[in-house]
Amino acid sequence: MSEFKSGSLTASNIHLAFGTNKVLRGIDMHVPQGTTASVIGPSGSGKSTLLRVMNRLIEPDQGDIALDGRSVLQDNPDELRRRIGMVFQQFNLFPHKTVVQNVSLALHKIRKMPKDQAHAKALEQLELVGLKHKADSRPFNLSGGQQQRVAIARALAMEPEVMFFDEATSALDPELVKGVLALMTDLSKGGMTMVVVTHEMGFCRNVSDTVTFMDDGVVVETGSPLELFSEPKTQRLRGFLSDVL
Amino acid sequence: MDALDQFLKTFFDWQAIGEVIPQMLTVGLPNTLILAVSSAILGCILGLVLAVMGISRNPVLRWISRVYTDIFRGLPAILVIVVIGIGLGPILRQLTGITNPFPLAILALTLMAGAYIGEIFRSGIQSVDKGQLEASRALGFGYGQAMLLVVIPQGIRRVLPALVNQLIALIKDSSLIYLLGVTAGQRELYRVSNDYAANSGSLSPLIAAGLLYLILTVPLTHLVNFMDKRLREGKAARAEPDEAAALVGKGA
Ligand SMILES: Nc1ncnc2c1ncn2[C@@H]1O[C@H](COP(=O)(O)OP(=O)(O)OP(=O)(O)O)[C@@H](O)[C@H]1O
Ligand SMILES: [Mg+2]
Repeated sequence: MSEFKSGSLTASNIHLAFGTNKVLRGIDMHVPQGTTASVIGPSGSGKSTLLRVMNRLIEPDQGDIALDGRSVLQDNPDELRRRIGMVFQQFNLFPHKTVVQNVSLALHKIRKMPKDQAHAKALEQLELVGLKHKADSRPFNLSGGQQQRVAIARALAMEPEVMFFDEATSALDPELVKGVLALMTDLSKGGMTMVVVTHEMGFCRNVSDTVTFMDDGVVVETGSPLELFSEPKTQRLRGFLSDVL
Repeated sequence: MDALDQFLKTFFDWQAIGEVIPQMLTVGLPNTLILAVSSAILGCILGLVLAVMGISRNPVLRWISRVYTDIFRGLPAILVIVVIGIGLGPILRQLTGITNPFPLAILALTLMAGAYIGEIFRSGIQSVDKGQLEASRALGFGYGQAMLLVVIPQGIRRVLPALVNQLIALIKDSSLIYLLGVTAGQRELYRVSNDYAANSGSLSPLIAAGLLYLILTVPLTHLVNFMDKRLREGKAARAEPDEAAALVGKGA
């Protein structure tokens, strides 16, 4: 049984160009409900862009995106983004708000919860990531790892059906990576549908249900971690793995 | 000794200064503050509108903001005050019966301050990391709400020192209202002291006015420096060890 009201996510034949730079060239991706898909690939291969297209921070030139089997391209993009949580490499906490306000802002302003109710819910979320005692601190007084956990709490508070992580641990000092990965692992085990762009091969291998290897705007290989790590089919993936492992 | 006497009488005639001070404090100072503070507040509102137009995705709005800003930053204050104050004075009188030069002086000061403040706000808003807008939109905020709740407040915070500089400029520029003709009760600091100087034949009242201007502006200048310093040092993160990491490590 899932702790989350998660849903499946499907992207089909996604194309996107920035001017003449064709960044995504026909991406297909299916993330079944409650599973975790890792996305790996060299720098510039389009991983971050794919996440941003899938929650329509950037509109695709072509292709379709479906949440729970229903196309969402006709929906209001703001509504869609309320259903997909996103965590960034640079945390992007709001520095002019306290930690608890970072979490409660969207609850109050978007979910229209009364202030005290939003505050209470935000504290609950902070407790889940082990940071309730930092509720009234400012984000810049927290370590990177703590900031990222607040960012995760902020996204989770909106009760998303899917969570995106874009290199959530890449900006962290090595000793802080573990806490964030542990939290992501808990979410994955708890049944959240997740798309995780990462360089953490350990997480890919041990936590994710599927791994997708992207290069130059296309999906080169996709499958179970075992398939990709033990029996890479393409030279490109073999080259990439030998670089990162 | 004649020269020294002459010098002291011109600049430090204590009797003349003593006579002008009550008038400066009861008439000049309040009027100066009314002019400067109300144009500063209205200038901030106008500036915010110009800044939001200047960064909007609509090219027409951007163009209007650009042209406006270029015009009102490029003209001497004295010219704008005279053209607006004297030019629109009769029209305002016909329409509303108002003969007080304050509204038009405040309008002229606001139009100019708005142009500067608009540029200040715009640069502040644009200096906010674009990840802030992205994170807000990812949470489900629309563009307007994300700007209003997240980006603009941060942009404004960064430019508070520059805004105080604008207030200092307005305190000084408010003296230009004397060009529009004022009644005795409408005189601001400069005009009060200038009238006394003309009557007494000594410049000492102007020295007294100068001191009052400095009493207003020097603390503000130091406030700017203080805020500048706070803003720069406040950003230095006081990170702490990640002691709570262990609490959530159960899944790994
Ligand atoms: N806003 C943008 N405007 C123009 N080009 C962009 C933009 N964002 C990304 N690109 C380009 O798209 C390509 C893919 O970028 P993307 O950030 O998606 O790669 P990535 O796989 O996430 O790389 P990394 O591992 O370095 O984060 C790059 O060539 C990049 O320069
Ligand atoms: Mg990236």
